[in-house]
Amino acid sequence: MEPFVRLTAVAAPLPRPNVDTDAIIAVQDLLILTKQGLGKKLFRRWRYEESGVSIPDFALNLPAFAAARILVAGANFGCGSSREHAVWALQDFGFRCIIAPSFASIFYENALKNGLLPVSLPESAVDMLLASLQADPGVEISVDLEACTVQFPDSTSLQFAIPPAQRETLLLGLDPIDLALRHRDALARFQAVQRRQAPWVWQALHGADGSRGTVSH
Amino acid sequence: MNSGAKPRTLFEKIWDAHWIEDVDGESFVHIDRTVLYEVTSPQAFDGLARAGRALRHPELTFGSTDHTVSTRADRGDETVNGGTELIRAFRSNAEKFGFTHFDVNDRRQGIVHVVAPELGIALPGMTLVCGDSHTGTVGALGAWAWGVGTSAIEQVLATQMLNVKRPKLMQIRFDNQLRPGVSAKDLVLYLIGRIGAAGATGYAVEICGEAIRHLPMEGRFTVCNMGVEAGARTTMIAPDETTFAYVSGREFGPTGEMLSQAIEQWRDLKTDEGARFDAEFAFDAAAIAPQITWGTSPDQVMAVREKIPHPSSFDSVLARDAAQKALHYMGLQPGSSLLGQKIDAVFIGSCTNSRLSDLAAAAEVAQGRKVAPHVRAMVVPGSMSVKHEAEKLGLDQIFLAAGFEWRQPGCSMCAAVNEDMLLPEQRSVSTSNRNFEGRQGPLVRTHLASPGMAAAAAIAGEITDIEA
Repeated sequence: MEPFVRLTAVAAPLPRPNVDTDAIIAVQDLLILTKQGLGKKLFRRWRYEESGVSIPDFALNLPAFAAARILVAGANFGCGSSREHAVWALQDFGFRCIIAPSFASIFYENALKNGLLPVSLPESAVDMLLASLQADPGVEISVDLEACTVQFPDSTSLQFAIPPAQRETLLLGLDPIDLALRHRDALARFQAVQRRQAPWVWQALHGADGSRGTVSH
Repeated sequence: MNSGAKPRTLFEKIWDAHWIEDVDGESFVHIDRTVLYEVTSPQAFDGLARAGRALRHPELTFGSTDHTVSTRADRGDETVNGGTELIRAFRSNAEKFGFTHFDVNDRRQGIVHVVAPELGIALPGMTLVCGDSHTGTVGALGAWAWGVGTSAIEQVLATQMLNVKRPKLMQIRFDNQLRPGVSAKDLVLYLIGRIGAAGATGYAVEICGEAIRHLPMEGRFTVCNMGVEAGARTTMIAPDETTFAYVSGREFGPTGEMLSQAIEQWRDLKTDEGARFDAEFAFDAAAIAPQITWGTSPDQVMAVREKIPHPSSFDSVLARDAAQKALHYMGLQPGSSLLGQKIDAVFIGSCTNSRLSDLAAAAEVAQGRKVAPHVRAMVVPGSMSVKHEAEKLGLDQIFLAAGFEWRQPGCSMCAAVNEDMLLPEQRSVSTSNRNFEGRQGPLVRTHLASPGMAAAAAIAGEITDIEA
């Protein structure tokens, strides 16, 4: 995973609450075996007409936001479907950080696991930030994960909170599975107890006819 | 329980029984079941293969092909572009990694959240994850089940553990009973309307109360299924005799002495007297009327006999703006009624409402009547087993005689990621769980409602009040 330490970049405004993962990446665009190439489809239904023509007033279509690496949006960002493709699409487009008053919890975790930094700020601060990005398109802001601060266009800055374990994982770009495997001894102890105390979790795992599912087509 | 122990909620009991170790404000918990389907798993298996990692516990891992599969009678692997490749990759991963897989025409195939409880794969007191946001459905058994992304799935496949932040706890109580003709779907839509699409974000929700105790198991699945539409990461209902009767005799579940032993333990899966929640709500179930959504978020919902709200009635700028955008998308006017609104399609199915009792409720409305000539109406059972049971009861014949399509199991027009989708600006009444923009096809206008309301709309050719 690519480490995230600090970023100064153009921020694009998306002043809507409840930006759901269907809007971020349509279900028809999920039918792929890899994680790459989804950026072209990001917000497809807001960026393009059905005919494929760009919708000129959608922020990401404006030249001022072509280099945007930070997205600022309304509350409950990433709600709906659990599709991690939403995170992959935002990253493939070039985003490294999303700022919103709140995030849907699955999206939040998916983002962290991929090195896309979700920053939650008070609604009033996000509203002001959205207004300044709309008033001055293409302006840069800074996000510092070491200091946990966002610096606004007017140079004021605000603290944000992030779970310490996730912060460290992001700062160092660590692999979450390697981190989990550090706990394999505790896992083994847990499973030994569970096999005795709740044996049905571990048994009766075959179908009535003894089969483990079939491959029939 | 010894008398000196601290009273615990249902969630806390399941948490304690799965806690492995704490790390920096998070905890590693054991995952008892991993449930997979074809769309959100290939990148996880690809990740395992690239890192040279094995599937740690194939015996705790199950899969069903559901999202992209065709619902045609004569189906095989062929479906929309990309879907066929996913179906085949899933089959090949099942063979390579050795997990139990219910393939396209397996007699146990179906929507993962229908199949997992139906086969006894999901049981009370378990932890279960799946790469789908509606995984909370099986929390109705008194399990801790939640949707995760593909990276988390990859981690569970490799380690059988997830690191999670302990959620806040919310209790939602429904006093009194639902009126006849008002369903579990109406109850949960009403709830989402009251607390909002993010009302339970960050919470593990326990739903309880007299109305819930009186719901059969299938209705409880419907309620927990849509908890995520209020933001809940997991939604659960304490198991009771209804639950124990339901899980007994399931194909992959415990039997005999082990079942009795399990039920003895499961009886403790309830919130103790005096246990504390971080937030509590109580509603009167008897006050709930049949619901329908008017917008593009499940919390944009009302009783079908109410008038569509004016955007100006919402308290925040963003909510007003969202309501305005939703009404524009839906082609509706504030202050008007949805009653008599002409529709083009009806979809009865999805992990919310595709179980036998849902189909029976719709068939009761459809019996001896005809779908309006301008309406395309389809019924998609949640699983092969539901389909088979429905056919034994003759429900398929009722639907076919009325002019409904009777199709093969899958997610179908809830996800619209197979051939089942509508045309731009068509209006549907759907028993599914999301009315997002484009959810049933580009520019399609979706109204969420119960199976009875959906069937009634199909017959009338317009939105009607099933209670009227």
